[in-house]
Amino acid sequence: MAKKVLMCGNEALAEAAIIAGCRFYAGYPITPQNEIPAYMSKRMPEAGGVFIQSESELAAINMVFGSSLTGARAMTSSSSPGISLKQEGISYLAACELPAVIVNIMRGGPGLGNIAPSQSDYFQAVKGGGHGDYRQIVIAPASVQEMADLTMLSFDLADKYRMPVMILGDGILGQMMEPVEFKAETKPGIKKDWILDGCKGRKPRIIKSLILNESELEKFNLKLQKRYKEIKDKEQRCEVLYGDDSDIMLVAYGTPSRICRSVVEKLRKKGKKVGMIRPITLWPFPEDAFKKLAKKIKSFLVVEMSCGQMIEDVKLAIDCARPAHFYGRTGGEIPGEDDIIKEIENING
Amino acid sequence: MKEEIVFAGFGGQGIMFMGKAIAYAAMNEGKQVTWIPSYGAEVRGGTAYSMVIISDEAIASPLIKDPTICVAMNGPSLRKYEARIKADGLLVVNKSIIDIEPARKDIEILNIPITELASEAGDHRIGNMVALGALLAKRKIINVESLIGGLKDIVSSTYHSLLPVNEKAIRKGFEYGSR
Amino acid sequence: MDKIFEKPESIREKETHYCPGCGHGIVHRVICEVVDDLGIREKLIGIAPVGCAVIAYDYWNFDVTEAAHGRVPAVATGIKRSLPDRIVFGYQGDGDLGAIGTAEIIHAANRGENITIIFVNNTVYGMTGGQMAPTTLLKQKTATTPAGREQKMHGFPLKVCELLSVLPGVVYAERVTAHSPQNILKAKKAIKKAFENQIKGLGFSIVEVLSPCPTYLGLSPQDAVKWVGEELTKEYPLKIFKDIT
Repeated sequence: MAKKVLMCGNEALAEAAIIAGCRFYAGYPITPQNEIPAYMSKRMPEAGGVFIQSESELAAINMVFGSSLTGARAMTSSSSPGISLKQEGISYLAACELPAVIVNIMRGGPGLGNIAPSQSDYFQAVKGGGHGDYRQIVIAPASVQEMADLTMLSFDLADKYRMPVMILGDGILGQMMEPVEFKAETKPGIKKDWILDGCKGRKPRIIKSLILNESELEKFNLKLQKRYKEIKDKEQRCEVLYGDDSDIMLVAYGTPSRICRSVVEKLRKKGKKVGMIRPITLWPFPEDAFKKLAKKIKSFLVVEMSCGQMIEDVKLAIDCARPAHFYGRTGGEIPGEDDIIKEIENING
Repeated sequence: MKEEIVFAGFGGQGIMFMGKAIAYAAMNEGKQVTWIPSYGAEVRGGTAYSMVIISDEAIASPLIKDPTICVAMNGPSLRKYEARIKADGLLVVNKSIIDIEPARKDIEILNIPITELASEAGDHRIGNMVALGALLAKRKIINVESLIGGLKDIVSSTYHSLLPVNEKAIRKGFEYGSR
Repeated sequence: MDKIFEKPESIREKETHYCPGCGHGIVHRVICEVVDDLGIREKLIGIAPVGCAVIAYDYWNFDVTEAAHGRVPAVATGIKRSLPDRIVFGYQGDGDLGAIGTAEIIHAANRGENITIIFVNNTVYGMTGGQMAPTTLLKQKTATTPAGREQKMHGFPLKVCELLSVLPGVVYAERVTAHSPQNILKAKKAIKKAFENQIKGLGFSIVEVLSPCPTYLGLSPQDAVKWVGEELTKEYPLKIFKDIT
């Protein structure tokens, strides 16, 4: 077993990317994710990879685009305002079927907002912040260990489905230190027979997103949709605590899920029937698990560091068959255990 | 065992590092740990804190509202956290620069001249190590030797010449806290 | 009988969509001739821009990608850094390079990326209907400067080669035209050098090609060619702005 090291989430994520074979990183400084480019600037040269501090977020995502089309595992990271700038490139990555990992360590918004942790970019991440009918896989770690493990998974998923994967963290996950154990390097078994590396010994290839003919563009979109359907069928991930004997289920991802876990532990000790479902993939949303829970659970309480975004997907997933309540804090404020307990008491009456 | 510790003080007092040092040592003793910093603009000049949880069990929330231990390195930190410390908790007060008397009667309070002890150890800037030593004298969360032994791993090799002074500071604090 | 003229291998057997008298087809062909001459077709990756040349990939017989508007130099950077032994060139128009992508071109140039940029300056946006370009001349009428470009409202024509040549990362910057056979030969020489610089690992090279757009200049192909040679070159002098190779 590998040795445990004490690391912050951002650095663990960066190291895991290197272990996963990421050999290209471009990014632009923004708090609270600066540990990622700093770490990459040191580690990438050691790993024989490329680190570029780009002139902008736009440039960074387009450098990733260029690197990805050569077959390299490529990544960029930023925080909310910077991720807004990357949306153009993400749409092009999706359109050109290029794998890439994009990290968003969310901070308070809108606008410049602040540098405190937040989850207010959920809609942007899961509904597609750029233009066009595309999706990206969205992964939500909740610990430093998951910042590492799920980063490695993200590269595999990106290659497997040839599409961008976003890791959606928050300022606390990025800055927090916890012990982490890195998994051994896995050899990605996916053959990339579509890359551009010069047409020696083969026909020239084209990677593009312009499809002027209407029926062809529709056909292409339907091809993407088919892939998205496959991902929805195969890649839903979540963690369920006390799914079998709870009256109320807390729903949270990322840092709030850690707080909710404390709440569940506390209330269970008092004999209260409280559980939690923690989506790990935000897209595809773990609808199947929610549908199953909706048959047994009386109500849901969605806890977010936003004004209520994921709750819309919860309601869709359970088809409003049960009441879905909401407790959220925003602007960098963090939901407190006591506040959540009070909400539960209010709901239970 | 589960301790929720808040280290608080001015930026520049080594608040982040003292949290990291104890968390690292606890991890090496096989304990579960989390460390959260305050970050951004407040790290320099303003009041900074780091929050460390050390536990035998897996840690759910890494956030601390009411700590079991608080190390107040300056006056504003004392004002901010004194009332929030859990009953029977521990408050370590940097007597060298705090002239407020804590009012709580239901917690243990250790007043300690941190700067003076650090100077005696050889460097007035390493009061954070003195405080850690004192804390570990009052609460046997981890062995003080684990703390001392771990420093070399988390300090850049450029500063390894300063390790003996840091060790001395930790022992000074430990002695003071053991009185 | 000796063959004295043939289709370069690097060009596809396909009729272009360009308007009669447009310079893009000429520049495409010149690039392909150079690629053949240098024997780099099989290690080449080209990047098509957004604009009239967006479907250049249909005409080029080598690996090609297409970048978002203005992002050619960033994409080129990503490709070249990942595959340093391949030859990477970006093809950019005046809006792509001189307006929406100024940050990308300046910083790729300033980093001294070992890439080749072919910049086609025809002073208008063709694809979108003849709007003002950053390089549109003062008094020149376009769809968005109906009374002619006025400096107070729209600023001055942007001098790309002049601007980039002051950057230490740039090893070669030359402006040529594609308006006459003689000048096309000069353009070919410049483009060849820009690729050779990359092969030798010297750094960032740019060749600006002044090119006619009869459709949006409102001129016949013949008059457009004449205008490029006689008028455009007054504002945009033909010269080597920098050569430290």
